[in-house]
Amino acid sequence: MNKIFEVPLYSYERSEDQDRTTPARHPVVIIGAGPVGLAAAVDLAQQGIRVTVLDDNDKVSLGSRAICFAKRTLEIADRLGIGDALVDKAVQWNLGKVFFSDRKVYEFNLLPEKGHQRPAFVNLQQYYFEDYLVQRVRALQQEGAPIEIRGRNRLTAITNHDDHVTLDIETPEGSYALEADWVLACDGAGSPTRQMMGLDFVGRVFEDNFLIADVIMDAEFPTERWFWFDPPFNPGQSALLHKQPDGVWRIDLQLGWDIDKAKEKLPENVIPRIRAMLGPDIPFELDWVSIYTFQCRRMEKFRHGRVIFAGDAAHQVSPFGARGANSGLQDVDNLCWKLKLVIDGAASEHLLDSYDTERVFGADENILNSSRSTDFITPKSDISRLLRDAVLDLSEQYEFARPLVNSGRLSAPCSYVHSPLTSTDALDGPARSAPGSPCPDVPLEDVFLLPQLGDRFTLLTIDAEAPEHINESGITAQRLSLSCADDTTQALRERYMGAAEGAVYLIRPDQHVAARWPTFDDDLVRAALRRVIGKEHDL
Amino acid sequence: MAEHQLILTPNIHRADDFYAELLAAHDGLDKTESEALHARLVLILANHIGDNEVLSQALAAAQPSVPADDDRP
Repeated sequence: MNKIFEVPLYSYERSEDQDRTTPARHPVVIIGAGPVGLAAAVDLAQQGIRVTVLDDNDKVSLGSRAICFAKRTLEIADRLGIGDALVDKAVQWNLGKVFFSDRKVYEFNLLPEKGHQRPAFVNLQQYYFEDYLVQRVRALQQEGAPIEIRGRNRLTAITNHDDHVTLDIETPEGSYALEADWVLACDGAGSPTRQMMGLDFVGRVFEDNFLIADVIMDAEFPTERWFWFDPPFNPGQSALLHKQPDGVWRIDLQLGWDIDKAKEKLPENVIPRIRAMLGPDIPFELDWVSIYTFQCRRMEKFRHGRVIFAGDAAHQVSPFGARGANSGLQDVDNLCWKLKLVIDGAASEHLLDSYDTERVFGADENILNSSRSTDFITPKSDISRLLRDAVLDLSEQYEFARPLVNSGRLSAPCSYVHSPLTSTDALDGPARSAPGSPCPDVPLEDVFLLPQLGDRFTLLTIDAEAPEHINESGITAQRLSLSCADDTTQALRERYMGAAEGAVYLIRPDQHVAARWPTFDDDLVRAALRRVIGKEHDL
Repeated sequence: MAEHQLILTPNIHRADDFYAELLAAHDGLDKTESEALHARLVLILANHIGDNEVLSQALAAAQPSVPADDDRP
């Protein structure tokens, strides 16, 4: 049986553009058909923008790679039309166990908050995530959407001009040139685009290597996250065991920095490590092995004129906390509605600088969290190890020490509270839905709130009056009217009202709160709408 | 507010008894074990205090370069 990542999903086909004497001009070209590039393509195509994805390969990614997808990613996936496919295939888990040296020190339950459509986390191989996005691209093509993936189209040169970008592309049938109004560079941690433009990562914080293996076994391990600090089978390092669909288990073994990668990857070195971890009696088969090297760093700026970087191309974190692919999807979520407004002429291109501001902030938060996890997992000094071991020792006996154990702080979206697009909070409401925050989900009568938002501006009124539409500066906010009288679970009150008697929320297309008030005020709502598209400049 | 203020005036009722107990806790331990005990003790006491402001003041007060008494602006 062919594995999914061995089958070409977007084989090379000759494009008309290759036969032109002058380069074709495309509105948006995306470099890289990974989860971030494909998600951006689907997002833009759903909004009617012509989009062309170039990839030097023709298959989904090899091996499981990113495996933990967070609730926010699933909510974005719902907006992109692949949420159900992901959740139906994925493995859900809530229980985690923490081991130190040769013993289990404690276990925890994520106990996800009730009243959300999507679970806190699911595990799924990255290649399925990409596969569902490719299927979504095909479905959009069937509907006539102008979206295209060009396999085995490798970028060889890129030049930024004032109002467009020129691209040289290598194919199995020779090279050709393209022009693009906008280029999204989603070509991963080693980003050739970034290198060709002579831009480098700044702020290197940490470097380490991980042996990552997908192992097929029938063992009756429960669907739990098992994390080891300093286990006998990998002394001084860490290890992770996590279940994926199809009876595939993901094993991450930390190897340290100064290693011989080629040697560590040899089956005769990998198999004894895994056997020592699983025990001598468990038969297993190696599906995929890789050595993953990470750094915690980011580009200084994500927008460079007409070329915009997203995902690992723009920022890289340690794997602890699942903040790589998840933050890349938040980049897409943040960028696409802004790019749509700029392309439509409803906003100036300076709106795209807010992508830079907001996502650099998000990247810094992710780098901070994942660096802290790394410091706990790999202590850098004797005293750091002493304190780490003290926390782990205490955690076995005393509950208080468990929040100090850091094997990764699981990805959560950041709030854009300090963004220039965010208005000052005018409601005495809950902190979790203050301007800048991602909207928390709420169960409504027979649907959930979040799928009612997105792709457009929403004026959410809760026990408050407002017009059905507000047109301002070329954009429209549509009203969604709710009442606490229908709120049988009290989730709406708890998450959006607090002690307030009424509330009016202005919500961005990426489901982040832009502004909120106790009642509708035409002038204030219009000012907030102008602010969120970069047209209101505070004195 | 007093509740967010690290106490740096005498506050242990039977100071000599406490000090003897602290020393006795290390009886029979080698240097490594003693250091581990201190690390656990710091974490236990920090959790008991709980107040981040007080903990920050304590960390500052414990620095060798900072005088361990008043003169806080």
